[in-house]
Amino acid sequence: MKIDKNTINKIARLSRIKLDDKESEDYIKDLNSILDWVEQLNEVNTENVEPLSNISSSILPKREDISNDTNSSEEILENAPDKLEGFFAVPKVVE
Amino acid sequence: MNDLIKGKKYDWEMVIGLEIHAQVKSNSKLFSSSSTKFGSSPNSQVSLVDAAMPGMLPVINKYCVEQAVKTGVGLNAKINNYSVFDRKNYFYADLPQGYQISQYKYPIVGEGKVTIDFKDGTSKDIRIVRLHLEQDAGKSLHDQNPSKTYVDLNRSGVALMEIVSEPDIRTPDEAGMYISKIRSILMYLDTCDGNMQEGSLRADVNISVRKPGDEYGTRCEIKNLNSIKFIKQAINYEAKRQIEILESGGSIEQNTMLFNTSTGKTRPMRNKEEAHDYRYFPDPDLLPLEISKEEIGKIKSSIPELPDELKNKFIETYKLSNYDASVLTAEKQTSDYFNETINSDPELKNHAKIVVNWITSELFSLLNKNNQDLNNSPVSPENLGQLIKLISTNEISGKIAKDVLEDMFSSGKTARQIVDEKGLQQVTDQGEIAKVIDEVIAENPKMVEQYLAGKDKLLGFFVGQAMKLTKGKANPKMLNDILKQKLNKKN
Repeated sequence: MKIDKNTINKIARLSRIKLDDKESEDYIKDLNSILDWVEQLNEVNTENVEPLSNISSSILPKREDISNDTNSSEEILENAPDKLEGFFAVPKVVE
Repeated sequence: MNDLIKGKKYDWEMVIGLEIHAQVKSNSKLFSSSSTKFGSSPNSQVSLVDAAMPGMLPVINKYCVEQAVKTGVGLNAKINNYSVFDRKNYFYADLPQGYQISQYKYPIVGEGKVTIDFKDGTSKDIRIVRLHLEQDAGKSLHDQNPSKTYVDLNRSGVALMEIVSEPDIRTPDEAGMYISKIRSILMYLDTCDGNMQEGSLRADVNISVRKPGDEYGTRCEIKNLNSIKFIKQAINYEAKRQIEILESGGSIEQNTMLFNTSTGKTRPMRNKEEAHDYRYFPDPDLLPLEISKEEIGKIKSSIPELPDELKNKFIETYKLSNYDASVLTAEKQTSDYFNETINSDPELKNHAKIVVNWITSELFSLLNKNNQDLNNSPVSPENLGQLIKLISTNEISGKIAKDVLEDMFSSGKTARQIVDEKGLQQVTDQGEIAKVIDEVIAENPKMVEQYLAGKDKLLGFFVGQAMKLTKGKANPKMLNDILKQKLNKKN
């Protein structure tokens, strides 16, 4: 797989990152060299091997269904750039 | 059954599949200990995990996992010992993480099926593709402020079960019956409260149309419908829209649609070019979810009687029709009420069909009229049982019983009390009825003449007059029989 101008633009758009032409060129180079390096793994035969989703051998820890009844609103809204009537206020999203 | 709809040129068949989102009935969220209570003040139930503060880690709620397994069993589905949580990536103001934790390739529950029952006694299986666990997003309010969207994260992180069906549904009615059946199973299992108004149960509908026998057409997805009425409306509108396009030579563009509940129309969502690039990948914060056979067995053994089992039991024990039994078992409160009524007197077991009718038509219509629920019905199962016994022993007529029920409903008195106080016992004395009829015949000689000349319809007039004289208490069958006898003798 090769990263071209279109791919880099798409990735940038999906990540909501704005790149100028110079940055695009740099990233194309960087990402391609990373991909080339990872390509080496294709030399390994992985037929009939399930993809590994985690390298840890421990078991998923679970919690009991107990809710804490603390009111979080003040703390949660503390970092919000804009808040109104207890809500986060964001630019109008019309869908 | 003809499920086709007519276009201007051809007949078309709808192909429909549903993705149902059912909120797990739990105290705390899927990956945090915040409360799931509905209707609390905005952002009051948001932990640092739900707000996606840096460095926070999700820890799964054991109870939610068990409820998903339980629901899977209720859907006759395969439970997977191994499942994986993935990140579904997209940006939206009410999704603080920038991704939803969901399950993609390895869901917790695999293929299953549910059965829907039609009025004509037939039934149909709808296959389930999968059920997976995922987080709900927050809520955006667009209409509170002219220039801002408000975001409330209370719902953010609440556990959802997404139940995906195969495209086995062919009509809007079937879609309605399917979601009702799923709702019913969830409520029997007590894994979801089934409250569609509060959004605890909502659906995305996938729909395409085709000429019968053709391959599937291109489908559109209508998002986020939260009532059965809207689901049917949206399907009807969308099918018509697609047929019009196809019949005028156009083609359907695969699209995500929104349904406007006030106009009854669907329209495509904007921003569609990036809509489906979710870049799923396994969430590195969560290990795979493994459930042992023992745990699954334990959950299986805790499952209560489900609507289909109960339905079969009712059919067998009380000789009810498939449809009656399915109406009775659709909601747990109805089947509970029926059980209590029919068990209140040993006599009633022989009159099961009458018991069904009195619950599902008479009592339901009174409850509806008064905006009440069976759970807090002013008429208890025992009292309804007593009323039905009075009918089955011919002590009162069915017609009078309706008035008695209304009285019971508003006064809270028992059937016995009302019948005794008002003297409503049916007149079953042959002599007494005959006497009244003689009176009616004597008072209306002209009518008798006309009747005998062939005007059969007048029989109803005589019945009415005689009933009036007995204040509606004469046994209707006896009255009819004796009346006919007497009139014919005149001939």
